[in-house]
Formats: sequence, structure tokens, C-alpha cells
Amino acid sequence: MTPQTKIKGSEAIVRALQEEGCDVIFGYPGGVVIPFYDALYHSDLKHVLVRHEQGAAHAAEGYARATGKVGVCVATSGPGATNLVTGIADAYLDSIPIVAITGQVKSDLIGTDAFQEADTTGITLPIVKHSYLVQNASDLAQIIHEAFHIAGTGRPGPVLIDIPVTCALAEFVYKTASAVDLPGYKPTMRGHSKQIKVAARAIHESPRPVLYVGGGVISSGATQEVCDLATSLNIPVTTTLMAMGAFPGTHPLSLGMLGMHGTAYANWAVHECDLLIAVGARFDDRVTGKLSTFAPQAKVLHIDIDPAEIGKNVEPRIPIVGDAKMVLHEILAEVATMEAAPERTAEWLERVDDWRSQHALHYEEDDGELPPQYVVEQIYKVTGGDAIITTDVGQNQMWAAQYFKYTQPRQFISSGGLGTMGFGLPAAIGAQIGRPDKQVIDIGGDGSFQMTMQELGTAVAYNVPIVVALLNNRFLGMVRQWQELFWEGHYSHTDIAVQPDFAKIADAYGALGITVTAKDEVADALRTAIKDPRPAVIDFRVRREENVYPMVPAGTSITEMIGGQAGRRKKP
Amino acid sequence: MKHTLSVLVENKPGVLTRVAGLFARRGFNIDSLVVGRSEDPRLSRMTITIDGAEHPIDQVTKQLHKLINVVKIRELDAESMVARELALIRVSAEGAKRTEALQIAEIFKAKVVDVDRRTMTLEITAAPDRLAAFESLLQPLGVNEVVRTGLVAIGRGRS
Repeated sequence: MTPQTKIKGSEAIVRALQEEGCDVIFGYPGGVVIPFYDALYHSDLKHVLVRHEQGAAHAAEGYARATGKVGVCVATSGPGATNLVTGIADAYLDSIPIVAITGQVKSDLIGTDAFQEADTTGITLPIVKHSYLVQNASDLAQIIHEAFHIAGTGRPGPVLIDIPVTCALAEFVYKTASAVDLPGYKPTMRGHSKQIKVAARAIHESPRPVLYVGGGVISSGATQEVCDLATSLNIPVTTTLMAMGAFPGTHPLSLGMLGMHGTAYANWAVHECDLLIAVGARFDDRVTGKLSTFAPQAKVLHIDIDPAEIGKNVEPRIPIVGDAKMVLHEILAEVATMEAAPERTAEWLERVDDWRSQHALHYEEDDGELPPQYVVEQIYKVTGGDAIITTDVGQNQMWAAQYFKYTQPRQFISSGGLGTMGFGLPAAIGAQIGRPDKQVIDIGGDGSFQMTMQELGTAVAYNVPIVVALLNNRFLGMVRQWQELFWEGHYSHTDIAVQPDFAKIADAYGALGITVTAKDEVADALRTAIKDPRPAVIDFRVRREENVYPMVPAGTSITEMIGGQAGRRKKP
Repeated sequence: MKHTLSVLVENKPGVLTRVAGLFARRGFNIDSLVVGRSEDPRLSRMTITIDGAEHPIDQVTKQLHKLINVVKIRELDAESMVARELALIRVSAEGAKRTEALQIAEIFKAKVVDVDRRTMTLEITAAPDRLAAFESLLQPLGVNEVVRTGLVAIGRGRS
């Protein structure tokens, strides 16, 4: 091809994606993206055809969450684009880097209510980090380059590119994108040096510190730094749902998750600490409970790359804007110059250990029914703790967070901020495609699964050997739990006992389906499913009215845990 | 307390929507928002007035900064800025009222830009407090219509 050869806009999109190092996209064709799909037909860029566009967005997220690379999804105009919306919002709330490419009607039809026209950039405006409505085909390469840059740097997030079919059909001489020049986008990476000194001193002097670690630590790749800081100064570590695996759950300094369904000892430690070191976390209401009583004795040190998070919910004494990895690295260097005093926190760690032994997570095992927590524990045992776990949303998600000890970043993949039911299966597909070296297991719920279970078709079509472990209680379990505890047991529209046989559904798709009703079948079923080359669904018929404990009722202080004392359900 | 933000944004389609949308979804109320080209044709300047008692101004500017198309934000205060607003006001001006309207206009250095048998339209460019005084003096005559541009403000030159 000579430098002057013209190519179509659609070919330019494929080429620009490949120049960004994109190796797989998740999508669904439609009228205005036929030119793009024709370009794909002639290229070696791998495309995974999902069964619903929402699945494409979640798969792109799963891929991004598992690999740390930018995930890409594609949909047509109108309904294709609106079906992506949930996944884009999900990526926005959890700061996940994805690029969503949507087709748009011909430029001269925009605004005429043309067939399959929707104002995609308008609809997605509040849920994207940035978006583009392409005006000139020759800008495509530059826009795609910028989109990847914006999605993957700073605080990551979704970027949408809406491409009128006119641009996909236009022919022009392709020019590789030049360096990104965005005058309004320059994330602060390095922390303020004076603040870093102040922070190091505060950490060094604190007798009762707690590290409160959020998803930013994973996006920044700062897990080693967190571990170094914790172990060198003997600081207990609690992680948010988004940061499971950012610090090994097996480590003696690990407190597990904090917040609404966090461990009692994590919540007690936060309540009693004198220094709360928040790294890449955003003081979400599910973490803090009632804000006015959150960490009442603590001086707060807040490290975040997004200045808008600093002081949004909690006013920190020591704010540091910067990349978690770089800031922690500098704090560690600063701490290293100080006199080592690892015994400073010894008394504190003893107290924390007391709480841990007195308030360990616990569930009832003796009534003959299958406890969902047991299933999660068995998944942990059978996989040796090495699997990548995705989850749906609700009780299944909380048990997956509580009863599996994550030791690696990007090992736990869950819809945290948006709480999107139906996330687990498509995210597992994306994660498995991104990490073929790992076993991916979706710990799902029967309610959530029915929202996106058509993606079993995708998993079978592409031989994606995921295992779906359904904690099937035939309830919309988390809402039922709230109804039981706070709404006088009015189970209004949460009983979904009428449901298909999920093992047969799996079978019908050409996947492996297993139904498990007893404890002694759990491990074998898991081994069979993992060994089978096909995707598998295991329908675990678990105890129906099991609750997630401990629980901090919404809007109360995190020390007001129900079931927090013993971590067990009170018998009525 | 009113806050005035001078916001330099890229002159690209959809930028106004992004800014307005941000204010709406974060629950910030805009008193006025004026946008026009700046000295650099690639950039537009917005002057945004908001009530800072209701919303932490800090959070507003931080959220604005997150918009990729926002290049620079400067918060202006009364001492550091020159602020003006233009208003067109149509008052009843029949009989004796006409003389009175003209006198008030003269005091405030307002211009008569339109007149008919019953009404008179005055144009005034002034700082917000002066504009308010002008409007309230005209009230007894009968104000038929008020059109205001919203505040534009510029930082004072450094001496």
C-alpha cells in the first residue's frame, strides 16, 4: 500500500484499534455498523459476537478488569447503543477503562428521528469519562488514540465514540495518530512532596493505624507498595469490595472487607483507629455507613488521583493527589529514612487480633441444607484459591467477597458502584478471554443469571471454559433479606421459585449442566465442571432464607452491626 | 454568597452541554452562565455564577476540572474582578412617566434604545448591584420586560 492509498473510515477504525494494541473486541452488528463489520471480515482483529449488547459492555469490562488493558465493545446505533448503557455506567462507577464504539445514522440524518437513531452521546453524557461524536472521518485515528489514552490513564473510565455511518464509508488517506495533546487533561501523578513527608511522619508515629484500600490501588498497580507499607510498619489492612485481592486475604495483617457486609473486626478497627490511610478509595456510603460517626477518632490521610474525591465525603487532614503507586513509593522512601519502630503498633495489633478471633465470619452448618457460604469456601478449596472470580450482585456477591481469600489483584471482578445484576456471566467471558491461563468462575445468583444468561451462547460458541456457580435460593435474596429485617417480612415480589432448570438450560446451549443439592456433592461437581472443556453451569440449590452477616443497616454507624457479635444469624 | 468562575473551555461541539449537564447532575444551581469566544479562537470562555452557600465551591471546580474540554478555571472575587451585565428593560413611559424614566436613565448612564407611545426600552451595562438599583428605581413606573445577559467578568490586571 502506497502512502497515498485511500482507505474507508471503517478500515481506519480497525487499523487504529490495532495500533492501540487492541487484540479483541466484543460486539454485535447492526445496520449502520455493517461497514465496520465488513472491515473486520477482512482483518485479523478478533471479535467476540455476544448475544445482547449489554453482554458486550460487561465482557469488555471483565476483560479490562482481569488484564488491566482497555476493553473495547461495539454496537449499532439506537437500541444497540442504549443496550450498552448499563455496562458503560457500570464501568463509570467502578472506574474501569473501556472504549465503547457505537454506530450512528448518516450525518445528514442526525436529528431527524431516523430509523434506529438515538442521541447516544447525549444519553451517555453523565456516565462517560469523555465522549466523541465523530464529524470528520479523517479524525478517526486521532480520536481512537485519544479515547484509549483518556480511558486508561488518570482515574480510568469509559470513553464513548459515536461514529456516523457517513464517516465509516468515507475514503481518505490514513494517517497514524500523533501524540495526544489534550490541554484540559493532565492527571496529577506525583504527590506533593511536602504532603508526602507529612504523611510519612503521621504513619510512622501512629500507634493505631489502618490502611483502607480501594480499587484505585488495583488500577494503579500499587499492591506491592501497599504490602510493603503494611508489613514494614505493621499496619492492618482492610479493602473495599473493589480492592479484594489488592492485599492478600491470607495475610495476618488482612482484615478483609469493611463496610455494610464487611467483617466485624475491620469495622471495629476503622472505628477505633487513630490514623486512617485511605488509598484509592472514595468513602462510599456502603463503606462508611453514617458519615458523622465514621472513624471518629481518626486523622484521615487520603491518597487519590482524582482531586474531586478528596473532601467529597470525608474531609481529610492530609490530602494527597496523585497516583497511588507513585505516592506510596515516595512515602515508603520517606519512612525508610526514619527510625524503625515496628513494635509501635504491637498493642493495636493485639486488639485487632482479639476482635478477629471473637468476631470471625460464621454461618450455620447443621440443618442439612446447603449453605451458600459453604459453596464459596469449596470453590476456594477446589481451586486452591487461584481462580479469577466474577460475581453477580446481591447476596452471592457478598458471600463471594467474604468466604474466598483473594491473594492477587484483578482476581475478584465485581460490579461495585453500580451494583449491576447480570454482570457475572458476561464479565466472566471477557475475563476468561483476557486471561486464558486462569480458571474463571462466576459466582452468581439465580435472579442475576436470568438477566444475561443468553451469553451462555457466547461462551459455548467461543469455547470459553468458564464455570458458573449459581447460589440458587430462588429468591431475589438481598432484597428479601432487607424485607425480612426491615420490612416486617413482607416478601413483596422477591420469591422467584418459578424458574427454569438451569442445568437443562446449560445442556440446551451445549454447555455442561449440574445440579447440586447436598454438601457432599459440592466439591466433586466443581472438579467435574472445571475439568470439562465446555463452559459449565452448576446449579447449587442453597438454603433459601440465608442472610448475609454481619450487616450494617443502611444509614447507621458501621459499629451497629446486625449479626456482628458472632457473625451469625440470630435465631428468631 | 455568590461565586464567579471564569472557565476556559475548548471551542468544540457539545462543551456547553457537558458543563450544564455536570451542574445538573451534581445538584449545583447555576445563577447565570455566559459563553463566548475568547482571545484564542480554539478556546471559549464561560463566566459562571453560582450560589456558593448552597454548594461547596471547591467540589464544583474539581468536578468541572474533570471534564476533558475544560482547560482552566479561575475563581474571581469582588476585589480581583471587573464584572458587568447588560440588561434591556422596557418600562411604561406614558405622559409624565416618560420624563421620569429619562431622568433615571440619565443618572445610571443607561441608553434609550427604543421608544413608542406607551413604552421606552433602556439599555444598561453595569455591575450587578448597580443594575439591581436601576431596576428597582424603574419598578414604580411599571416594568414590562427585562432581558439580562448574565454576568461577564474579567480578572483585574496585575499592577
